[in-house]
Amino acid sequence: MAARVGVVLFPGSNCEQDVAEAVRALGGQAEVVWHGDQALPALDAVVVPGGFAHGDYLRPGAIARFSPIMAAVDRFAAEGGPVVGICNGFQVLTEAGLLPGALQKNAGLKFVCRTVELDVASTRSVLTAEAEVGQRLRIPVNHFEGNYTCDDTTLQELQEGDRIVLRYVDNPNGSVDDIAGIANAGGNVVGLMPHPERAADALLGSEDGRVLLGSLLASAAATV
Amino acid sequence: MFAVLVEVRLREGIADPEGTTVERSLPALGFEGIDGVRVGKAIRFTVEADDEESARTRVQELCDRFLTNPVIEDSVIMVEAA
Repeated sequence: MAARVGVVLFPGSNCEQDVAEAVRALGGQAEVVWHGDQALPALDAVVVPGGFAHGDYLRPGAIARFSPIMAAVDRFAAEGGPVVGICNGFQVLTEAGLLPGALQKNAGLKFVCRTVELDVASTRSVLTAEAEVGQRLRIPVNHFEGNYTCDDTTLQELQEGDRIVLRYVDNPNGSVDDIAGIANAGGNVVGLMPHPERAADALLGSEDGRVLLGSLLASAAATV
Repeated sequence: MFAVLVEVRLREGIADPEGTTVERSLPALGFEGIDGVRVGKAIRFTVEADDEESARTRVQELCDRFLTNPVIEDSVIMVEAA
C-alpha cells in the first residue's frame, strides 16, 4: 500500500500543493490536512510545509504552534511517526518544541532565494535514510529567517547524537555549524530550510530532492 | 486595569544582524559615538488584574509561553495602573 502523507495547511502556507505533487510523483498518497482540525486522519507521515503560516506574525511559527492540529502532530511524533518540517515548517517545529534551537534572521539580512549545495551529514533520519553520508544535493532555499541558532550544549548534543542531517556547502544564512537540517533524537522528526519538493523534477532544474522525499515515503511505508 | 509595555529583546550573545546593520549605517549619517545598537520589539496592551503583582505574574506567563522564544529572546515587562 502506498504511504499516506498528510500535508498541514495553515492560513499562509504556500508549498502544500508542491509537497503533495512531489509525494504523488514518487508513488505516495498525499492529502492536505487543515490546521484547525483536532485530529489527523489515518496517516503514515506528516509534512509541515513552507510558507508564512498565520502571516509569520510575532515570529515565524509562533502562532502556528498553537493551531489545534499541532497537538495531534505532537502525539503522532511521540508515537514515532515520521514528521518533516520544510522551511516555515521547520520554524513551526522548533517553536512547538519538537526540535531544539531557533531560526533567526539571516546573517546579512538578505532574503535568500536560490539553489544551494548541501551535503548529507547523517542518514539516521526518516528524511535521509536512503541517501549516503557525503552525498551532495542541489536544492533551492527560499527564506529570510533560516539562520539556525542554538546554545552550545544543544549543538554538542546534535553533533554527538549524529542529528545534523544536512549541511550547507557554502553557508547562505549564517547558520551555526552550517546546519541546513536537523533531526530529533529518534530520527523520526526532521526540520530543514531547503525545499526538496522544488527539486523533485528535472524540469525544475534538479531531482536531488527525490532521495529525501523518497526516504520519507520508505520510512512512512515501514511504519504502515 | 493595568497598562503593560513588554520589550522583547534578543538575548545577550545572540547575534543581531538588524542592530548591526543599523549601527553600521550611523557614521555615514553623521552620528558618531553610538555603540551597541540592538533592535527588538515593543508590545503594548492592557490587562485586568486585582493588583500589580498578579498583573505582572500573568504577563510573565504570557511572555514565557508566547511573546518570546526563550531560545533567542527575553523580555522586560513594565506595568502601571491605567
